[in-house]
Amino acid sequence: MTADTLSRVFSALADPTRRSMVARLAEGDATVNQLAEPYRMTLQAVYKHLRVLEDAGLVSRPRGPQPRPVHLETKVFDVMDAWIERYRRRAEQRYRRLDAVLAAMNETDDKKDGAHHDQDHGDNHRG
Amino acid sequence: MTKIMETTIEADPKLPIIRMTRDFAATPEQLFRAHTDPALFAQWIGPSAMDTRIEHWDARSGGSWRFVSVREGVEYAFRGCFHEVRPDRIVQTFTFEGDPDGVALETLWFEDLGDGRTRLRTQSLVDSFEGRDAWLASGMEIGVNEGYAKLDRMLADGAV
Repeated sequence: MTADTLSRVFSALADPTRRSMVARLAEGDATVNQLAEPYRMTLQAVYKHLRVLEDAGLVSRPRGPQPRPVHLETKVFDVMDAWIERYRRRAEQRYRRLDAVLAAMNETDDKKDGAHHDQDHGDNHRG
Repeated sequence: MTKIMETTIEADPKLPIIRMTRDFAATPEQLFRAHTDPALFAQWIGPSAMDTRIEHWDARSGGSWRFVSVREGVEYAFRGCFHEVRPDRIVQTFTFEGDPDGVALETLWFEDLGDGRTRLRTQSLVDSFEGRDAWLASGMEIGVNEGYAKLDRMLADGAV
């Protein structure tokens, strides 16, 4: 997935109305009229939102002589999962560095315990 | 109790919150110190590609902090307030100075599991779903386009 596709997905989902449309479509396909029901807006405005979602690849709306229901492309969930997993992995890398710092502290603290137990948290004033 | 050796993450569906949990082979006191002693904090906040320079650090309730991450000669500054600092939890704000309107409220809990182990739970509340999604999304984009200023908020974002 390119950065461009991603930013389209992000900006499409940044709008609360579009997010709620996505939430509605997660329950199942819906016609444009059904999608418009909960909102105080013109059908034209609904179509505008749908076009943004479509351009981002989040929904599909088969064209044809008869109105077809709008369908949510499950890619949206993959994208969300990917964001979260990526973020989680960054945090895990950070916490592995913290593991190493804590291990070093353990050694130092053990040495301290061997000599004199230092109750003074003077470390806080270092640096 | 199940050991959580790998970071777990949860994005709350109803509130713009990110929660994480991770266990450490350390006492609560050591984990607390690694978060409040600037010399220790700078060693792990990372990322490894960046040098962290602590500019200001007053880890007390009502205190504040500021650090700068330097990467390829470009500086990214972060700051916030220590709202509350006590042995079992830290409450603080977090802001990337490149996006000063974005303020996250972070809470860290140090939970003693006994046997020299401590569970760290963190919660980060941002002011909107848009903000949270951008926050999460910038983590995704790191692999796509490094050197993007907004992403460095993620890179250097430690206490989330």
